[in-house]
Amino acid sequence: MSQQRHPLFMPLIFVGGLIFGFGLGFSHMARPEVVLNFLQFEDFGLLFVMGGAAVVTGIAFAVVPRLFDRAPLTGDTYGRRLKSFDRNILIGGAIFGVGWGLSGICPGAAYASLGVGNVTILWALAGMFVGAYIQGYWRSHRTASETSPTGAD
Amino acid sequence: MVTELFAPALYESLFPAGISRYAVGGLLVGLGAVVIYLGTGIPAGASTFLESTLSYVSDQSRFQRYVSSRDWRVVFTLGIIAGAFVYALTFQSGLVSSGLYESGTTGQLYDLGGVSLWLTDVQPWRLFLGGILVGIGTRIGKGCTSGHGVCGVGSGSKTSIVGVITFLIVAIGTAQVVMALGVSP
Repeated sequence: MSQQRHPLFMPLIFVGGLIFGFGLGFSHMARPEVVLNFLQFEDFGLLFVMGGAAVVTGIAFAVVPRLFDRAPLTGDTYGRRLKSFDRNILIGGAIFGVGWGLSGICPGAAYASLGVGNVTILWALAGMFVGAYIQGYWRSHRTASETSPTGAD
Repeated sequence: MVTELFAPALYESLFPAGISRYAVGGLLVGLGAVVIYLGTGIPAGASTFLESTLSYVSDQSRFQRYVSSRDWRVVFTLGIIAGAFVYALTFQSGLVSSGLYESGTTGQLYDLGGVSLWLTDVQPWRLFLGGILVGIGTRIGKGCTSGHGVCGVGSGSKTSIVGVITFLIVAIGTAQVVMALGVSP
């Protein structure tokens, strides 16, 4: 799909990111302190952020495929985000949980945090790239050394 | 607000900053994902950017499989940064206000050319070490708070619901332990 993209593809992605990032700023999710306050049971507002967002996507993912056949800018059919379940969901989720609970920041909120002026968040972003590289390096080599066709999600 | 009717004291302790900034912000996060979905059919997540961007500098097969999406993921991330900056220009700077927006007391505000910017008080070692674990965990676990939490849950995906419950419970436990150990901020 990379060749011959619709001229509005990138602008639309940018506008979507703009709204997404504005929402993360407005909801204070770009502030690790506010996320930590949720995890420490001092402010349960985060539930409304995740819930509010999931309600909007839930309605769209249910309704849009019934109204339209294909996405105008890619020609792709509308699917839902369904990933296969395996133990990696639990292992990865638990590792992410420790990191999120320690730092109060997740990837999207970290990008937004940079936008609200929080240059200190570069520590977290650097860490995320290091972490992504470590797992990618390890999994690339493990896949290459394995001959059995298991695993690749 | 209907929720304030049942028990004001309980509401105040559960939601000391109210709920409107969270709910409105969440709706906008969802709307941003829906705009992209409507135009392209892509249910976007934020954490794949970490690996897809590494494909520019690393030949590892795990990163190279994201080559076809790496350019728009950079644009998505730049959009998120820009959108948060628009929030900083408007609501964070006090240029725009609304009954739905509650400014906070966390961290430090500083002024740069008339724009109020914000800095966290959370210690760099927590951000860096936590970031490493977030980078490993989100990629092994096939998604983060936006991929699983927003798009996956919105898709009714059992995998994502299990993923969200897993990282929520572990994160709560971790934050409680860190707090109990006296680490602050």
